[in-house]
Amino acid sequence: MTDMRFVGSDHYIATDDLGMAVNAAITLGRPLLIKGEPGTGKTQLALEVAGALGRPIFEWHVKSTSKAQQGLYEYDAVSRLRDSQLGDPKVADIRNYIVRGKLWEAFDSDVQPVLLIDEIDKADIEFPNDLLREIDRMEFYVYETRELIKARHRPIIIITSNNEKELPDAFLRRCFFHYIRFPDAETMEKIVAVHYPNLKKELLAEALGAFYKVRETPGLKKKPSTSELLDWIKLLLAEDIPPEALRSDDPKKAIPPLYGALLKNEQDVHLFEQLIFLNRRAR
Amino acid sequence: MLIRFFFDLRSAGVPVSITELLSLLQALEARVAYCSAEEFYWLARLTLVKDERHFDRFDRVFAEHFAGAERVFEKIVAQVPAEWLQMMAERLFTEEECAKAQALGSWDKLLETLRERLKEQKERHSGGNKWIGTGGTSPFGSGGYNPEGIRIGDQGQRQRRAVKVWEAREYRNFDDRRELGTRNLKMALRRLRKFARQGAADELDLDSTINATARNAGWLDLKLRPERRNAVKVLLLLDVGGSMDDHIRLCEELFSAARSEFKHLEHFYFHNFIYETLWKDNRRRHSEKTTTFDLLRTFNSDYRVIFVGDAAMSPYEILQPGGSVEHWNPEAGVEWMRRFTAHFPKLIWLNPTPEEHWGWTPSIRLTQELVEDRMFPLTLDGLDRAMAALRRKVVS
Repeated sequence: MTDMRFVGSDHYIATDDLGMAVNAAITLGRPLLIKGEPGTGKTQLALEVAGALGRPIFEWHVKSTSKAQQGLYEYDAVSRLRDSQLGDPKVADIRNYIVRGKLWEAFDSDVQPVLLIDEIDKADIEFPNDLLREIDRMEFYVYETRELIKARHRPIIIITSNNEKELPDAFLRRCFFHYIRFPDAETMEKIVAVHYPNLKKELLAEALGAFYKVRETPGLKKKPSTSELLDWIKLLLAEDIPPEALRSDDPKKAIPPLYGALLKNEQDVHLFEQLIFLNRRAR
Repeated sequence: MLIRFFFDLRSAGVPVSITELLSLLQALEARVAYCSAEEFYWLARLTLVKDERHFDRFDRVFAEHFAGAERVFEKIVAQVPAEWLQMMAERLFTEEECAKAQALGSWDKLLETLRERLKEQKERHSGGNKWIGTGGTSPFGSGGYNPEGIRIGDQGQRQRRAVKVWEAREYRNFDDRRELGTRNLKMALRRLRKFARQGAADELDLDSTINATARNAGWLDLKLRPERRNAVKVLLLLDVGGSMDDHIRLCEELFSAARSEFKHLEHFYFHNFIYETLWKDNRRRHSEKTTTFDLLRTFNSDYRVIFVGDAAMSPYEILQPGGSVEHWNPEAGVEWMRRFTAHFPKLIWLNPTPEEHWGWTPSIRLTQELVEDRMFPLTLDGLDRAMAALRRKVVS
């Protein structure tokens, strides 16, 4: 077990408590449920865990139309029917028409894989309940062929949720739960540093200052998050904006340049501009 | 010790179950957390709490229960039996270092030194700056390098004292003790569902395809049918402003839950009571109005009407023409309500104020009479009763 500790990677900063959560989930073989503000790297975590431990990753992106069964397998009755019309010899074996889902693929992996169930809250409200036994016992039954599929190695399951729907208690009991807090300025500096190692110190300091100021604007519908900050810095670099331009002492330039990358909502942009305008008038 | 903690958590309203406590113990046994109050805190939270809304409650119980937890951990470290130390030392040192240690003296002496160091660490920890292995000159671990992953030799951010993590109570904003979550609301609203197949036939009907193919002597005959949809139509009328400000959150949740549950959901707003106009957009309530007559004409009587409001007002606002607080209403609210109940047989009123208080407000009693006793509190049980009332067959 000891060679399997996850501590983050070259381009992913995991805080100590997150590292602990991942390691506990790996050690005890429990699914890890990750929540947090959008853009704090929930989905990225699974990819990084797989990368850091050198494991294959299976991604199951859940949509509003997803059914739990699709993750296990689907029986393609229509093509079997068609084949029977054409007299295809394949038709005799029902196994030819069982289409494997992501969960099955992960169960069948040669080494212990990482399975990402992304945005589980998007699916129907009963979706998590339909996966209880699969996640608990890591096995399921294929009714068509009457076989029991068991996981060869208990996959490391990482589940993300955006809190659109609440998840059922029975499901939560089987998971470990970690909430990714919005990073503090110190951690944020490290995060930016791994993404843009050549960034000038002054620009970073100014950009972070402006960023946290925008975040603190009261009443924003969608606060800018880490991924938006990274995009914004990318733009600043591309446009070659000097650090001085980000300083808001000058009332005429109080709005940070390219703020469209930070605020994604028309109402937020409007609110922000109004606040800046009021500030200016107050001077 | 953990059992009492477990019950304290439960009485503080964190929904923990025995399975979760067992998995915490299992994790402790597997040494996921090791001799650090901070790690223990993280691990306990990871395993016991499943919702960030409960983090704050957990933090408070934890702080109370493990006041001086650090000291406990220090005591444990100070009282470590010799075998543990040996095991730890075996894990902590590489062979090379063990060889180096040989130079330092015998194994016993090494352990002795390690024990000394641990004691020293305990004393210094309260000062919060130094751990084993950070000095660089120490034979124990090289600057936090940790071959077996035991966290005892770690350094860096460790100085942040653990207690602060839970004393900061960063998750306070998430805690709101709401009785009704969106999930509960949805589950309750689901009882209203009535599925019907409508619209274009675009879903393969496997059973009748097989049936038809068999009848066709084996020639494929595809049968399609429309998708099943929830056919219930709901008209939601929400009270806004004034005394309803306290209940905005609850109403928003109800609204968002209803929105995703019903395909046919229409909503309108009113203030305190219904009069001749209603509006759809709160910000343009004065410019874009719908007359109530239009509404009664547009929506036929198979719509189920749900009023949401606290019905707390002066009785004049219901009974008298011109009683409205906002405008001059030529007809009393009571007339409009009668038209509603006559037009929509399936109609209920949800009231966010607690049911036991209803008797004290005359306007609530009045409204209750007007909606023929179909007023229900906005709680889980109330919602269940309300949905049952909406489903009931109307005897005409």
